[in-house]
Amino acid sequence: MWGAAMPILSETISASLPAWRPPVALRRIAPPLALLAIWQAVTSLGFTSSQTMPAPSLILVSLWRLIVTGQLAPNLLVSLLRVAVGLAVGVTAGTVLGLAAGLSRRGEDFIDPTVQMARTLPHLALIPLMILWFGIGEAPKIVIIALGASFPIYLNLFAAIRGADRKLLEAACMLGLSRREVIWDVVLPSALPGFLVGLRQALGIAWISLVVAEQINATSGIGYLVMNAQEFLQTDVIFDGLLIYAVLGLATDRLVRSLERRLLAWRPILLAN
Amino acid sequence: MNAFAEAAARATTEHASADSDYAVELRGLTRRFGANVILQELDLTIRPGEFVALLGRSGSGKSTLLRTLARLDPAPAGTLRAPAATTAVFQEPRLLPWKRVWRNVALGLRVAAPRHRAAMALDEVGLSHRHDAWPLTLSGGEAQRVALARALVREPQLLLLDEPFAALDALTRLRMQLLVSALWQAHRPAVLLVTHDVDEALRLADRVLLLDKGRIALDAAVDIPRPRRHDSAAFIAQRAMLLATLGVME
Repeated sequence: MWGAAMPILSETISASLPAWRPPVALRRIAPPLALLAIWQAVTSLGFTSSQTMPAPSLILVSLWRLIVTGQLAPNLLVSLLRVAVGLAVGVTAGTVLGLAAGLSRRGEDFIDPTVQMARTLPHLALIPLMILWFGIGEAPKIVIIALGASFPIYLNLFAAIRGADRKLLEAACMLGLSRREVIWDVVLPSALPGFLVGLRQALGIAWISLVVAEQINATSGIGYLVMNAQEFLQTDVIFDGLLIYAVLGLATDRLVRSLERRLLAWRPILLAN
Repeated sequence: MNAFAEAAARATTEHASADSDYAVELRGLTRRFGANVILQELDLTIRPGEFVALLGRSGSGKSTLLRTLARLDPAPAGTLRAPAATTAVFQEPRLLPWKRVWRNVALGLRVAAPRHRAAMALDEVGLSHRHDAWPLTLSGGEAQRVALARALVREPQLLLLDEPFAALDALTRLRMQLLVSALWQAHRPAVLLVTHDVDEALRLADRVLLLDKGRIALDAAVDIPRPRRHDSAAFIAQRAMLLATLGVME
């Protein structure tokens, strides 16, 4: 039975292969474009009210309006600044603690249990407390972002330092490297990929923290625009906010990826490209 | 991380004295892991410039002995004298993947022109053209030659080779053996080669040791004129003798 079926099967396959196959980029972009088209069709045919679900075209129009009326730029700048400062503080703190705990047993004993306990607490739950402590200015938002960003940096860096290849450490020891050289030439470079994974996670958490912090109390920023829009039933502006968050998240992720390509040029996956 | 400090401290305590006749001198060396005795009352001497091969089954203590000589393991009971200029090549090349080839060779080298010295060492192992390559782009044989260059550039008085060719294909292994033989004749360090390949031992060594249950069960000079051919009568006779001692009949 197999003997009879197999040639037919292979003939069918070769016959059904089209002469032209769309390029990969086109194949990947087609489904989301189709979804957008359906969205546009359903909304412009009047199946939904534009207050529940505005058409993609309307969203773009309102985004354009936000830009030309000058509403977007200052709010975007404020949001970017919050993330930048929060990340700078959080990444620095996570790095310092990760290095201290990773590079010495005493540091580990002193730091690790505390950080491990603190990280089980969802940092966003601290927002009410932060507002009580720091008021409703910039400080509570930056503290929340910094706090959220510091944990993935710490955890990844600590694990990466401790995961350094024993065999390489032995070889370095054998070659007569000083402790400083071992740390600088062996331990830290081997921990760099782990650190960069932590950085990507930290960026993701920083954006989420920003969204939450800005929606709870703010008088400026993308989150403020969105909350304002909700009050005035401007659903299209809410979508604008979502779009901006998505683009910002994507852009920063790309930034870390290009950093990875630059810093980890020695990795075989990257060498193959 | 404290292991480094300990190893560094130990390395300064027990250098071979200049007036000793031996590059390596072990007396009554005993190593235990819990209740297991790995090396028992072991005596071993290696003369300067002597090439010694250490044979033995898996678990016979070969690697422990080598690690003890390299001072990678804590100081054992007994007397241990080995030169400060001791270096090792392991089964895996153990190159730092984030440093280019020449930087791996020059790693920790405290001389005036490390780059130049590294280039010379790479030239000696026939890898001048891979000077700036990333280690992960090297073949197994190339990586092991870099490891050899990295060891030799330090001008060791004792070179420890821990099954350095075990992971290579047969042809590459033969080439590496010739290379090691040539480098040894040019630089004349004392060499301790850990292997379980009888032919490799006979091709390279002045003396073959057999380690069994933590003791040296056989210590035999290899009297085959160099360059050695594996099909010469002397070679075949020595191999038969060694295999018989190892309990293998041909």
